[in-house]
Amino acid sequence: MNRDQLRILLPVVSLAVLLGAVFWLQPRAMSYLGLNLLFNLAVPIALATIAQMLIIMVNDLDLSIGTFVSFVACVTATLVQTDPVLGYLVLAAGIAGYAAMGALIHLRNLPAIVVTLGMSFVWGGLAVLILPSPGGASPEWLRSLMTVKPPLVPMAIVASVVIAVAAHLLVRRSAFGVVLRGVGGNAASVERAGWSVLKAKAAAYALAGFFGTLSGMALVGLTTAADANIALRYTLLSIAGVILGGGEFTGGRVSPVGAVIGALTLALAGSFLSFMRLSPDWQIGAQGAILILVLAVRLLVSRGRGRRVAA
Amino acid sequence: MSRPDASAAHPPHRHGDKPVTSLLSILRKPWLWAFIAAGAAFVATAAVTQAGGWGLGMTALTFAAFSVLVGIGQMFVITLGPGNVDLSIPATMTLAGTLALKAMAGDPAMIPVGLAIALASGLAVGVVNYGLIRLLSIPPIIATLSASFLIQSAAIWSNRGLRVKPPQALADFATGRALGVPNVAVVALLVAVLAWVVLERALAGRRVLAIGQNMRAARLAGVPVDAVRFATYVSCAVLAGLAGFLLASFSGGAALNMGAEYLLMSIAVVVIGGSSIAGGNSNVPGIWGASLFMFLIVSMLNSYGAGAGVRMILTGVIIIAIVAAAGGRKVSR
Amino acid sequence: MSDQTDTTPVVALENARKLFGAVRALDGVTLAIAPGECLGLVGHNGAGKSTLVNLVNGGLNLTEGTIRLGAGTASPETSIAAARAAGVRCVFQELSLCPNLTVTENVRIPHRGLTGRGWRRRARAIVAEKLAEIFPGHAIDPGAAVGALSIAERQMVEIAIAFSVFDEPPRLVILDEPTSSLDAGLAEQLLAHVRRFCAAGGAVIFISHMLGEILDIASRIVVMKDGRITEERARGGFDRQGLVDAMGHVAAEGAEDPRAAARSLEGAEVVISTPGGLTARRGEIVGLAGLGGHGQAEALEQICLARSSSWKGTRSPKVAFVAGDRARDGLFPIWSILRNATLSRLPALTRRGLVDRAAEEEMAAEWRRRIGIRTDDMDNPILSLSGGNQQKVLFARALGTSAPVVLMDDPMRGVDVGTKRDVYDMIRAEAAGGRTFIWYSTETEEVCQCDRVYVFRLGRIAAELTGAEITEENILAASFEMEAAE
Repeated sequence: MNRDQLRILLPVVSLAVLLGAVFWLQPRAMSYLGLNLLFNLAVPIALATIAQMLIIMVNDLDLSIGTFVSFVACVTATLVQTDPVLGYLVLAAGIAGYAAMGALIHLRNLPAIVVTLGMSFVWGGLAVLILPSPGGASPEWLRSLMTVKPPLVPMAIVASVVIAVAAHLLVRRSAFGVVLRGVGGNAASVERAGWSVLKAKAAAYALAGFFGTLSGMALVGLTTAADANIALRYTLLSIAGVILGGGEFTGGRVSPVGAVIGALTLALAGSFLSFMRLSPDWQIGAQGAILILVLAVRLLVSRGRGRRVAA
Repeated sequence: MSRPDASAAHPPHRHGDKPVTSLLSILRKPWLWAFIAAGAAFVATAAVTQAGGWGLGMTALTFAAFSVLVGIGQMFVITLGPGNVDLSIPATMTLAGTLALKAMAGDPAMIPVGLAIALASGLAVGVVNYGLIRLLSIPPIIATLSASFLIQSAAIWSNRGLRVKPPQALADFATGRALGVPNVAVVALLVAVLAWVVLERALAGRRVLAIGQNMRAARLAGVPVDAVRFATYVSCAVLAGLAGFLLASFSGGAALNMGAEYLLMSIAVVVIGGSSIAGGNSNVPGIWGASLFMFLIVSMLNSYGAGAGVRMILTGVIIIAIVAAAGGRKVSR
Repeated sequence: MSDQTDTTPVVALENARKLFGAVRALDGVTLAIAPGECLGLVGHNGAGKSTLVNLVNGGLNLTEGTIRLGAGTASPETSIAAARAAGVRCVFQELSLCPNLTVTENVRIPHRGLTGRGWRRRARAIVAEKLAEIFPGHAIDPGAAVGALSIAERQMVEIAIAFSVFDEPPRLVILDEPTSSLDAGLAEQLLAHVRRFCAAGGAVIFISHMLGEILDIASRIVVMKDGRITEERARGGFDRQGLVDAMGHVAAEGAEDPRAAARSLEGAEVVISTPGGLTARRGEIVGLAGLGGHGQAEALEQICLARSSSWKGTRSPKVAFVAGDRARDGLFPIWSILRNATLSRLPALTRRGLVDRAAEEEMAAEWRRRIGIRTDDMDNPILSLSGGNQQKVLFARALGTSAPVVLMDDPMRGVDVGTKRDVYDMIRAEAAGGRTFIWYSTETEEVCQCDRVYVFRLGRIAAELTGAEITEENILAASFEMEAAE
């Protein structure tokens, strides 16, 4: 079994195990309605995870994705609703802001964590300015899109599959995605082949901004209202999702399908923990623990393989 | 093949004209700018505030003290080199404050126990952090981030129920003054002096600086790299514990989000204070200057009527602008 | 390729100069490469070969002089894109593929036009065809991630991509040590391909330390030294010895070679004994030889790490290490000379956790005098020193400790002759005083000064030489022995 297959196996197995556990605890979940509830918030998490994956792909880390998604949610619930032209312009400016952030990080050789941490305050401040207190409303089309009930399979699952396929085509199959991953793998060599690493990084960040924007809009479509802190926890969830999905922090080794599965697993973990009647106090901690657990399992797996190769 | 040396970029010192040189070398000190900026913000704020210059100065010292405590810990961690940062500081502060206040339960006799518990919870966090970094060989960012969520849960769980008040004597100490200077500022000043001695005079500080410049070379030169990094992460967490203890006592009880603003703050004061974000080069005075600046800039925005949103945006923009102006170290190799 | 009669040079350099600060990496090189030519380029490390390559492939601009690509105009400026458009391709010494991408995907990186529907199929065809052409019988799966391939396979992929034809055919392929990780059979396949490529009108710059290969393949051989072309002859103009002499080998400098006779220290106490079979006695100078990158540096590193703790510092270390790759393994670039020199000794200069600064300065001053560090102030930044003086600081750091064993990882790279002589004397004096030295060197002259020599090959000790056995011939023979046996 090669490395890529192994990489995707771990998230698939964890999702299957978790799903099995949920069905065993709560057999009624094994239905259209049950699945819909279980994966209710999976779509925005999956989109945010893809955004984070695009940043990790170029060897950086985005600590602002949670506040950015919140910002987008606030814009969607207010400006897009009341003044669509201005609203979409603001969202486009957000994506441009991401591209500029990527360019700045590359040009000045800055640590991405500090810059994104600073940006998290900027997005948070903008969100507070736009929507000082929780409220707003979802645009009608968005609401109906997110709550549509396709036959057989719930919307959350359908959307997740669409996201996974689209991101896979973009990142893993397209000629453009190869260059972006090349920057994560060996930026010097990509530069030597005549590519602009600056443009590639800006593009990766812009794409991340785009997926972050979709995430915020999807979130508003589901919750019908927004507030400035609505998606703060997405920062950790998205990092955990990427790692759970078999991505690595450096070297441009990421898997979009894995990332979406990772996001579904984390969304499911929340539901599972409440089925276990685990106090909500420990929900955040449990997510941290899952992340540590996954990293530990992966370390063991890679050590085991290393030993076998050496033997 | 050896790289061409960067010798041309560093012409040897010229001696002679000593006085000018020493004046210039003071002006080149990175921490000076943090104090100048803090001074400017102070003047701008004092001009419009009703409290007057003295009151403003004392308030600034008080609030800066908390940033100094966590900033010094973060500074040592960041000095360890690229990728080293402790994101668990806010959670550690909350946990330490919560556990200590709960243990004291308002009883003044229990104050030493409470302090010990606060410091011990910092110690435990530090051990967990470095254990994750070393045993799972994961980047410190991820290790401290995931640990922080466990810590946060522990804090939420232990904090459940009522808000415990600190013993009156402790609250008096945290809000009181000695010779006109806030007590917490005195504590932070003592810690800063200690940190300065460690960084500038002690073997341990020298080793931290060496690791931050070139960890591989440090190991080959006989520096006990793991021990130094372990001690650094533990010290950072213990300082966060102390800060949490004092902050909870100061504000009349531990709140779940009490550490939240100190995540960015701890990193910001290191960067603004003139320490290199790429590691290996740090200074303690800058932490004080930057902490005062960060408080005063918010007061200034407040006194000119800016809302919470604007304050957050400007905080973020200032930090990014300073990091961008300082620039990263050119990657060598 | 296209036109056999076209004799316009693919690349022409006119009086090319390149300065890095004060260092003259390239000092007035005039060179033209014609279609159909295989130019062999030889020279010691630091002779300027890599700089020349980087000028030709557009990675660097000239400080002075001009470069002309094909029928273009002569200009001091160039770019990677211009060089690529002129058909210049490069296989670098350090592998430059993206390990996270598959072989097929790596084809996409240099071939910018390879996009649109079915690009993957086309890329796969391109690389599969070239691999089969150059290395018939290879077993590389174009769908495999490069990270999962062996070093030799990666090198093969890189070569195949460089020779592959997409929107513009390769006109000049630069091969920088292309056979360093290939076995004899694969190397022969590559040489055969180079011959075919040149016969069809392509040009090749072939850089190698394997002189046999150069003599075999090159239609013209250029020898570089100190940034200049010192000799240039057509095929057949050099024999092996002539080429070695032309490179300005040790024979010229070491004429009065004050080589100490190898001492026999049979009775002395063994201070180092590794599982790999390396032993060293008290007061002995042990040399590690063999071709570069065959495990000598790793052996030294293992000895160093195994005999020092990452958890406990000590005043009396068991080993001290002198780095050769200064930037990677030795220097603390922000620090002063003083701090760089005293770091390893510092625990012994510490009282109650605080550094005794007077003692530290005293130690630095003593070593500045003993080893002759040329600076007016030990508080100057370390980077203000020349490379040779930086190296002296690293020697001072190691010799200044009380460590009974000193490990040296090819420390004389890029160091001037005067410094070398000083350091040789110091090493002998220290060894006479009972210190043990384990010395990896790429220069045979240095290895010949040792009491005992281990020759490394493929990560293992291939031979142990003592006394009169320590000769350049024996070392070379042992370096290649196992290759012949395989």
